[in-house]
Amino acid sequence: MASFLQANLPYILAGISVGGQYALIAIGYTMVYGILRLINFAHGDVFMVAGLVMVYASASLPMYISIPLVLIVTMVLGFVIERVAYKPLRTAPRMSLMISAIGVSYLLQNCALYFTGGLAQVYPSIPWLSNTVTIWGATTKMVTIVTPILTIVLVIALVTFIQKTKMGMAMRAVSRDFETSQLMGIRINAVISTTFVIGCLLAAIGSLLYFTNYPSVIPTSGSMPGLKAFVAAVFGGIGSIPGAVIGAFVIGICENIIKSLGSNWTVFSDAFTFALLIVVLLVKPTGIFGEKATDKV
Amino acid sequence: MNETLYTPSEKKTGNVIAVCAIALVYVFLFLLDNFLPSNSFTLMLIPVLKKGAIYSLICVSMNLLNGFTGLFSLGQAGFLLIGAYSYAIFAIPADQHAAVYQYFDGGLIQFSIPEALGSVLGTNLGNFLGAIVCIIIAGLIAAAFATLIGIPVLRLKSDYLAIATLGFAEIIRAICQWTGLGTITNGSNLLRKYTSFSDIKISFGDTVFKLSTIFPFLIAMVSILLIVLLINSSYGRAFKAIRDDEVAAEAMGINLFKHKMLSFVISSFFAGVGGALLAMYQTTIQASAFKTAMTYEILLIVVIGGIGSVTGSCIASFLYIACNEWWLRFLDSGSVFGLSVPFFRDGFRKVVFSVIIMVVVLFFSRGIMGDKELSFAGMIRRLKRRKKPAKAAEASEGGDGNE
Repeated sequence: MASFLQANLPYILAGISVGGQYALIAIGYTMVYGILRLINFAHGDVFMVAGLVMVYASASLPMYISIPLVLIVTMVLGFVIERVAYKPLRTAPRMSLMISAIGVSYLLQNCALYFTGGLAQVYPSIPWLSNTVTIWGATTKMVTIVTPILTIVLVIALVTFIQKTKMGMAMRAVSRDFETSQLMGIRINAVISTTFVIGCLLAAIGSLLYFTNYPSVIPTSGSMPGLKAFVAAVFGGIGSIPGAVIGAFVIGICENIIKSLGSNWTVFSDAFTFALLIVVLLVKPTGIFGEKATDKV
Repeated sequence: MNETLYTPSEKKTGNVIAVCAIALVYVFLFLLDNFLPSNSFTLMLIPVLKKGAIYSLICVSMNLLNGFTGLFSLGQAGFLLIGAYSYAIFAIPADQHAAVYQYFDGGLIQFSIPEALGSVLGTNLGNFLGAIVCIIIAGLIAAAFATLIGIPVLRLKSDYLAIATLGFAEIIRAICQWTGLGTITNGSNLLRKYTSFSDIKISFGDTVFKLSTIFPFLIAMVSILLIVLLINSSYGRAFKAIRDDEVAAEAMGINLFKHKMLSFVISSFFAGVGGALLAMYQTTIQASAFKTAMTYEILLIVVIGGIGSVTGSCIASFLYIACNEWWLRFLDSGSVFGLSVPFFRDGFRKVVFSVIIMVVVLFFSRGIMGDKELSFAGMIRRLKRRKKPAKAAEASEGGDGNE
């Protein structure tokens, strides 16, 4: 066992690290789904845009300005997307809302393609995070160790926010019953905007950590992590934040273990995630921590 | 429910005009293939027509599922991929296998259907019929996969169905790229050298006519016609009932699972046919091109055309392809009528497209046609109304009584 662990330690470490990054994206999905019942297909692309903003910002600005700038720009982007693309469709059928989300995703990818000129943008190395460290004979980047810790800290902060503050209470109420909470005097638009802003902030932090492990950002590099994070959210029970985090770690680790099996199986590392999704949907559609939904006829 | 009813005479004139119009289109295509000189105009027109016809079929097949049955499926790229691969695998000539499957010892399947038929019927007829046989096989294999996928997936509702079908499309793509199946799918390498549109010819004695543009039109038209017949049948009405209200439909005695399955399998069959045509058009295919973005693109064309309108999907496909490949090319080239515009560069066309699509989604959610159909009978009525409004109103009342 110990020798197996040591041999596969780089993969397991990478799995934990990527799992933490997926978790940060997955929280955005699960919160938005909890409130709007919408798979926000554009969330993965927001994550990609955060990566691109970092590339452009760090080219001309020092790191201590560009990192906060990335976070702010991403939050503003999330706010604008919600106001422009989702708010007008609040009473429309769910299919329209999903199509709008797909449209936003298409728009963001094409804008990224236009601004980058189709070239892969080299991601800057963030000092300290990009440093290499050696743990138990496995060489890795600092970000691998930072990610799970930071993820857990952020999740605890978020759960506290949702449990203890007035806005958090409003979020819980809205996700329980949209219309009734509106009748109770909750300003629903403010709640939804806050949800999007928090989701995008976490996605931006996730992108800082995720792209540090990769050499470059391309316009489509957000779509696969986005989909995987969504699967993580479903796996953990959509609407549940701890569930999304656990789901993300499971997916991240499994995916990297599959990669460790050899180049023959690497193509299945993405497919595995979706196979897991389908199994979860069939066996336990509410996920690990999901509340039982009752269909009202 | 909101189907317009036409009088028999209106229907008859409408059908006559439709047949004449279709005949004219085919005569034009035949001339385009064989007699019209090739210049910069036809060089742009021909690919647009071919690709437009193929996309029409693909969009209509998606519309059958999303627009008429109300199943929000995002697995279209997967079925296109199966169709394209099945077609290509059975249509690569035997002596080309060594070159195509160079990393897999010439592959497992060592025959080609067009070639086998060609040895009996002559090369041209063999290619023509062989291509059709391969296209049907492509459709059937896609339908078979759809049956397997449908059993678990169709129990899911709206957005879960969307994400599960999307997941299956990704799994299919991974399987096609897997080296373990390399002897059949050629791993992550290209499939090429199979029978393509330029090989489709017909010979009368010594004269040989090219059919490279007519062929996709013919296959797409027959397929769309079959889909329209299905939509207008009692099955089609059941699909629409499921779309409008699942619970009510079930209460009316419609077997939900059976009808959803039927719609899913038939839609996938025609997606497979569309994929085969796409393979013929592109002359080389690779699994890595069939990404989720492709499904999104098709979905957005369907939305532009109007969810629930067959003619809308066709119009939107031709418009989209024409704009994408031809009319809006100038947005990428950096200049309009000799004037250089600084922000026109590679990719600007796509940005303009996405903005148009967002505008359609947000402000014109009914698309070009909504859920109405464009028909010659309808045009005749509109013309008549404009001329003598009173008489036409009488006629339409009489029509309603007759139906």
